[in-house]
Amino acid sequence: MTMSRLGPQPTEVLDRSTKLRFRWNGKRFDGFEGDTIASALAAAGEHVFSRSMKYHRPRGILTADYWDPNLMVQVGDDPNVRAGNRLLEAGMDVRAQNVWPSLHRDIKAANSLFGRFLTAGFYYKTFMRPAWLWPTYERVLATFAPGGKIDLDTPHRYHDKRYTHPDVVVAGAGPAGIEAALAAAAAGARVLLVEHEHAVGGHLRYSSSDSDQAVLAELRAALDASEVEVLTNSTVTGRYEDNWLGIVQRNHPIAVERLIKARAKVLVAAPGLIERPYVFSGNDRPGVITSGAARRLINLWGVKPGERAVVFTANSEGDAAAADLDRVGVEIAAIIDGREGKRVSSAQGSSRALGAVVAGGNRIEADLLVVAAGWTAPTSLLNMAGDRPVHDPATARFFPSDPPGNVLATGGLAGDGTLDELRAHGAATGRLAAQRAAAVAHRLQAMTARARPVDGDEPAWAPDERTPLGRDPHPELYRSDTHGMVDFSEDVGSKDLVAAAHEGYDSVELAKRYTTSTMGPSQGKLETVNTVAAIAEARGETIAQVGTTVWRPPYAPLTLGALAGRVFEPVRVSSIHPWHEANGVSTIIAGQWMRPDHYGDPAAEVRNVRTNVGLIDVTPLGKLDLRGPDIPKLLNLLYTNKWSKLPVGKVRYGMMCAEDGVVLDDGVTGRLGEDHYLMTTTSSGAGGVWEWVENWLQTERPDWKVHVTPVTTAYVSINVAGPKARELVGRVTEGVDLSPDAFPYMEVRLATVAGVDGCFMWRIGFTGELSFEIHAPSGHGLHVWEALMDAGQDLGVGPFGLEGQRIMRLEKGHFIVGQDTDGLTLGPSTGLSPLIKLDKDDFAGMPELAWAADRSLPMIVAIQPDDPNVVPDEASQIVRGNTNEILGRITSARMSPTLGRSICLGQVEPELAAGGTKVTVLLTSGERVSATVMDHHAHFDPAGERLRG
Amino acid sequence: MLLVPCPNCGPRNSADLRYGGESHARPDPATATPQQWRGYLYLRDNPAGWLRETWYCRSGCRRWFTLERNTATNEFRTPPMPGDKRGGKA
Repeated sequence: MTMSRLGPQPTEVLDRSTKLRFRWNGKRFDGFEGDTIASALAAAGEHVFSRSMKYHRPRGILTADYWDPNLMVQVGDDPNVRAGNRLLEAGMDVRAQNVWPSLHRDIKAANSLFGRFLTAGFYYKTFMRPAWLWPTYERVLATFAPGGKIDLDTPHRYHDKRYTHPDVVVAGAGPAGIEAALAAAAAGARVLLVEHEHAVGGHLRYSSSDSDQAVLAELRAALDASEVEVLTNSTVTGRYEDNWLGIVQRNHPIAVERLIKARAKVLVAAPGLIERPYVFSGNDRPGVITSGAARRLINLWGVKPGERAVVFTANSEGDAAAADLDRVGVEIAAIIDGREGKRVSSAQGSSRALGAVVAGGNRIEADLLVVAAGWTAPTSLLNMAGDRPVHDPATARFFPSDPPGNVLATGGLAGDGTLDELRAHGAATGRLAAQRAAAVAHRLQAMTARARPVDGDEPAWAPDERTPLGRDPHPELYRSDTHGMVDFSEDVGSKDLVAAAHEGYDSVELAKRYTTSTMGPSQGKLETVNTVAAIAEARGETIAQVGTTVWRPPYAPLTLGALAGRVFEPVRVSSIHPWHEANGVSTIIAGQWMRPDHYGDPAAEVRNVRTNVGLIDVTPLGKLDLRGPDIPKLLNLLYTNKWSKLPVGKVRYGMMCAEDGVVLDDGVTGRLGEDHYLMTTTSSGAGGVWEWVENWLQTERPDWKVHVTPVTTAYVSINVAGPKARELVGRVTEGVDLSPDAFPYMEVRLATVAGVDGCFMWRIGFTGELSFEIHAPSGHGLHVWEALMDAGQDLGVGPFGLEGQRIMRLEKGHFIVGQDTDGLTLGPSTGLSPLIKLDKDDFAGMPELAWAADRSLPMIVAIQPDDPNVVPDEASQIVRGNTNEILGRITSARMSPTLGRSICLGQVEPELAAGGTKVTVLLTSGERVSATVMDHHAHFDPAGERLRG
Repeated sequence: MLLVPCPNCGPRNSADLRYGGESHARPDPATATPQQWRGYLYLRDNPAGWLRETWYCRSGCRRWFTLERNTATNEFRTPPMPGDKRGGKA
């Protein structure tokens, strides 16, 4: 097969005045603007584009479009590019994949000599045992895996996302799809028309018929004049609940790929039909192509696909291909008519080129075999909508059975007919889609009439009164009298499928996974029907009896970049953040927040807090403003301890458990006024606790008068901690007596700080030091912080970050919910049983906690490794002696700058919970070290004298 | 993705809401047996058909509400009333 560029064709998409120079396996080639990579190479006479996955057989053009399994190439650092679809660009560096050392001298082609060892289930059978060899197998097999090379130095490129809410999405812009889009738009619907190829028109684009071209021009003009939004080189990749559609756009002007999420009221599936390869000996040789490939090469890109052709045709498209070949001067050696029962048996030749075709016992010399053996109906979008297409043997393809009413099929998926009939069906489908979209819109609005009043009655659900398309008879052509390739991507032959069926994998879903047929990059577009047919044949059943595999999203692949897309999630910072950045902060992402982790030396920050005074920005601390007379009832219900008698001006610590008794959150809540409280939650629990509170108030206790306002971001929170905290805070605070007797530990005051009114200040102490936690209106946060910093220069004030705070709270033995507790940690395991008041009438989780009180539970305990320099990794296991029996784990561990030794919190079985117990910690290195359970959670100042000072 | 009809905000992607699951009455904690309480915690009818369930419009009106959904078809029905997880007062 030698291809060459023909003279200009009337239908071609080339701009022959623009030459594009590119490289293919290091050599220079030229193509034209409008070429795909494959068409440019074909025009230049290339006919081997890849090596097959297992046997490394040379492969050439098969379908010359997006689905062509043989045209996967590497373009620069971009692997697995579909050369049948990707438009040629000047300067492209295109290389063959999965070849070594080169495309033409591929050593792994030796695999084909051992083909009988690589049959169905080869990997399962060969590499299962012994299991310990698997890492070795994996390493070796990875070098055999197909696909391009990933370049880890690939620069970050922009991907985009878009959300849209059209009334009607039409998938496929062939004549029926275009008519559907036009009719729906004419009826007032907002329409998005999505075309997989680079231009609209479907099969009309590569038709050499004048009347077809006239219709195409008319349709394009009508689209241009319409309100229809048209996306080309884009694919509807998935249909999900309520017509939530994923669409990948490959030709966005800026983004590499754009993922569009469309909520359509009605989806029209008009993907057309995909030409199906025919299974016979040598059907994967370069030079054996589909009729669509021949017509596309000739009519779109002016490429002569061969010199002497055999045409195997069973339908009008094959006949048209023969006519096209004849018109451009390809000698037609023979036409084998499948409708007359004739078959092609084998394609023969050298490793790189076709030499002859055997049909009906005759050997015909030819360098091109064009095959038109029938169609695969790409019913994917209907499958995803729950439809189970049925096989019609009279037409040798699948048809939709009963898709939901908001998914309509038209075009080749729905049947056959003249161009006029297809257009009429498309237009009728578009009108029906618009009517139903209006009904869906009305129904959605009516269901939520409290949000938006709805006018009038719901439009009747329009009945489907479309004139059905006919069905042209087509011979059932799947496999000839020889065996050949079924799945070109995965190198699975019909023999493999027969063998699988005989081994007992006779269900199509099992055989698919066992042989991997339909599981490669083609994802069944070309091979599903032949796979099913081979299994049906082996079982002596019909295709309808065997059934088919389910098509799942995505219909076409999309890059991980497109899925990741543009990230819309905001990152929160406090208003003090500019100061942190100007002062050498090292940040940490905690939930949605970017927080100061440390400012260079967390241990020094700890020492400064313990000796002088430090400031930490704890703005992400969850804060809920509670108002109303029933707040004590609410607090009694949410927390395990009692809240009825909290006086104004006092704060109290509380632990929340879920209804299963598991620790949910903790924090302090202060009473600011008679009916006014401020609740704080953990930073990570801020959102969840708010929903939890709302759930109780809205559903279980709707009669309680409490109003909740989240004020986490309305206040900046600054904790001033250290022996000199009172001195520092006093310098900037007005209106509050800070003396220990006037403002003792666990009380709250309203204060003016650094001239800012409306600050709340309370004395608590997560660090174990004398601390004042100031909640200042957010806009003044930076000012208050800077005022404190300025005022405390002579006191040695400095910032400390999350890491310093974590060290200090660990020194004090304060657990962190989610760090030292997990989804099984019941309330009493925290050691806070005195705060669980089982004599209350009711609180969340009370029954479980009551039952747990009688059981011995794993406990959170303080642990010190006997070697003070060993800091176990968090999650290191606590085991019994030299066994691997797990008795607990280390949940937090740090080196304490204050004590000069390692300190931990851990969870241990009850038998180890008593102070003084020796335990064995299994380090991640495998080493075992001894450690001691402490009497108190607090490693430092267990009496709490410092924070009460 | 399901389109959930929030009574206050209109149709919203289910990702904008928190799914509260099957509606279930909370037993009286003073008298509940472990069987009753754990039934409340863990056991669901999980019918293939109409199910009464709760949703929280976390990105919109912040209201918990009850809907009926056909789990076989994902069809919603009944204009919901907020706060009537168990038929309680709104």
